Amino acid sequence: MKEFRGSQNYVASEELLRAANIAMVLQKPLLIKGEPGTGKTMLAEAIAQALGKELIIWNIKSTTKAQDGLYVYDVVQRLYDSQFGGQGVDDIEKYVKLGKLGEAFTSQEQAILLIDEIDKADLEFPNDLLWELDRMEFHIPETGRTVKARHRPVVIITSNAEKELPDAFLRRCVFHYIAFPDRELMEEIVRVHYPDIDERLLAQVLEAFYKIRQLPQIKKKPSTSEIVDWIQALQHGGVDVRRIVKEVPYLGVLLKKNEDMDVLRRQWR
Amino acid sequence: MFTDLLYLLRRNGLKVSLTEWMALMEGLHKGLHSASFTGLYHLCRCLLVKSEADFDAFDRTFLEYFKDVPFQQEVSQELLDWLDRPDVLTDYANWDEIQALKNMGFSEEEIERMLRERMAEQTEEHNGGSYWVGTHGMSMFGNSGLSPKGIRVGGQSMYRRAFRVAGERKFRDFRRDNTLDTRQFQVALRHLRQFSGLVDLPPTEFDVDRTIQDTASNGGVLKVRYKRPRENTVKVLLLMDSGGSMDYYAQLCSALFQAVSKSGHFKDLRVYYFHNCPYGRLYHAPTLLSRDSIPTDWVLSNLPGDYKLILVGDAQMAPYELMGGYYGRGERAGGPQCGMDWLRLLKGRFRHTVWLNPSARPDWGEYWSQTYDRIAKEFPMFPLTVDGLEEGMKKLLAR
Ligand SMILES: Nc1ncnc2c1ncn2[C@@H]1O[C@H](COP(=O)(O)OP(=O)(O)OP(=O)(O)O)[C@@H](O)[C@H]1O
Ligand SMILES: [Mg+2]
Repeated sequence: MKEFRGSQNYVASEELLRAANIAMVLQKPLLIKGEPGTGKTMLAEAIAQALGKELIIWNIKSTTKAQDGLYVYDVVQRLYDSQFGGQGVDDIEKYVKLGKLGEAFTSQEQAILLIDEIDKADLEFPNDLLWELDRMEFHIPETGRTVKARHRPVVIITSNAEKELPDAFLRRCVFHYIAFPDRELMEEIVRVHYPDIDERLLAQVLEAFYKIRQLPQIKKKPSTSEIVDWIQALQHGGVDVRRIVKEVPYLGVLLKKNEDMDVLRRQWR
Repeated sequence: MFTDLLYLLRRNGLKVSLTEWMALMEGLHKGLHSASFTGLYHLCRCLLVKSEADFDAFDRTFLEYFKDVPFQQEVSQELLDWLDRPDVLTDYANWDEIQALKNMGFSEEEIERMLRERMAEQTEEHNGGSYWVGTHGMSMFGNSGLSPKGIRVGGQSMYRRAFRVAGERKFRDFRRDNTLDTRQFQVALRHLRQFSGLVDLPPTEFDVDRTIQDTASNGGVLKVRYKRPRENTVKVLLLMDSGGSMDYYAQLCSALFQAVSKSGHFKDLRVYYFHNCPYGRLYHAPTLLSRDSIPTDWVLSNLPGDYKLILVGDAQMAPYELMGGYYGRGERAGGPQCGMDWLRLLKGRFRHTVWLNPSARPDWGEYWSQTYDRIAKEFPMFPLTVDGLEEGMKKLLAR
């Protein structure tokens, strides 16, 4: 099996690389947690890219059910077809549509399956997937078919939160917490996005950024994606480098909450 | 293989089960620790620990278990065998203090010097059974008051190994006892649901699933089905103390606020702030600006009594702030005369009320506990912890 060594546009810490490889070798789902914007989603993209595999993304919402990932039996369509005498109504298979998990199982080659933001769903959601993720198969009673993974997909699961995932589920995962990047790593990440960045600009940006993150009253701390956007705004606006730490131009790009902006205006010096 | 680590971890409060342990064994068997200590550390951590809140406990345990490991470049099978240490469990109980006492005398310079010597020793006699350099560095960590600075001195890549990583204890701040988890609060808040389905409402909502099901089984002849609407009927009024002594709990309160506002499953949610005790006005923001406030009377007369009232505050103030007339006298004649009167008005209006307290009852001196006790007598009071919140929510739902 190929190892994941990071990719051109994704900076991974050594720990993250290890965890990713451990998960792949042991064929266990890799559970990634971390503050918003620390590159959880992007990790899956990077792994897929580095290994040259297809990435299948299952975005979880509050209404998502485990069943949605397996298959959906489109009864309404079938009913509709039958009322209007459509073709092939007898063929139930026609009305069974595979979900993202099903798609990953039936993929011709090994795929990367990203179950993004699993914590958005109902508390019991992860438990409902245990069997399928363990056995890598599921049964469709309507057609009597069993969908079995041709190639065990590499499963990556992300979560923003903590603790709410059930123990039984956690026991099966390899866990990695993406710590917020320190200055050094952040510098690397920024350089990936802006290889030719002005050194003075970078230094000022980092200084202002970490200073803001340290303010205890800030509720929604700016993250990696915000610093990336901020630099773009600063470069685009042609802001004088010396103004950055002093005035924090384009503050709205960094802070998304009005109260946080108020805090900063009051406390900044 | 070193099963005692499993027990040591469990003893230190990490819920490692056999499933994870077997995974670790498999990982070792497949060489996933890449024959290095750093690798072993990471392998153990990502398989045995499932929350960043437990990383710190894991780091401490790991340091403890491996403290006397003979230094070798590689983690060989022999070493792994050697690591099978039944002594560690008995050893553990008293190790900390002894080592701490011993180390108390070392200055940071001395730690640094010792590290240097050890390093030199090791490069000279590579496999000569010299003991692990981290031992001393680590034991420094055992004394939690000392910063792990000492061991960072090594600085070279050779020292980038497990003991240092664990020794840094980067995840100290994530420990459960000092992190606040809005998510856990959210989980607790989920208790605060009362579905209208439970209340006897007429079935008015079109039931797509059952209609289709029954129509299909009826051979395609339409059978329309209705169901009772199911929605959370709980409305919440949250009043939070802000400023002064509450600043200590700002993060905790903000976690609660976020959890409540993110929950999104309440039929209605109103949040206001007060300082120490609600008087004539309630404020929209924790900054308590009077231009951004409403009369408490408005809340009392406009919000129906079925709002669940949650008060959050430390209930510690000068007695006159609760009982004296200076702060609390309302404009109405015969109206409230002091803070306590306002509290009673709120309590009278809202049938279901709890008080969540981020602070424990002050046990030093009588002064601050006076108001605490009076308020606790008036309202069911729960600590603002995950468990307390859960209890409180149950109380709010009790009929
Ligand atoms: N390690 C990294 N290397 C390169 N870019 C990064 C890295 N981490 C974050 N970024 C930047 O931050 C952006 C946000 O990352 P991403 O969406 O993956 O975060 P996330 O953790 O999934 O956030 P959320 O929890 O909000 O979903 C990326 O598009 C990328 O520009
Ligand atoms: Mg994401």
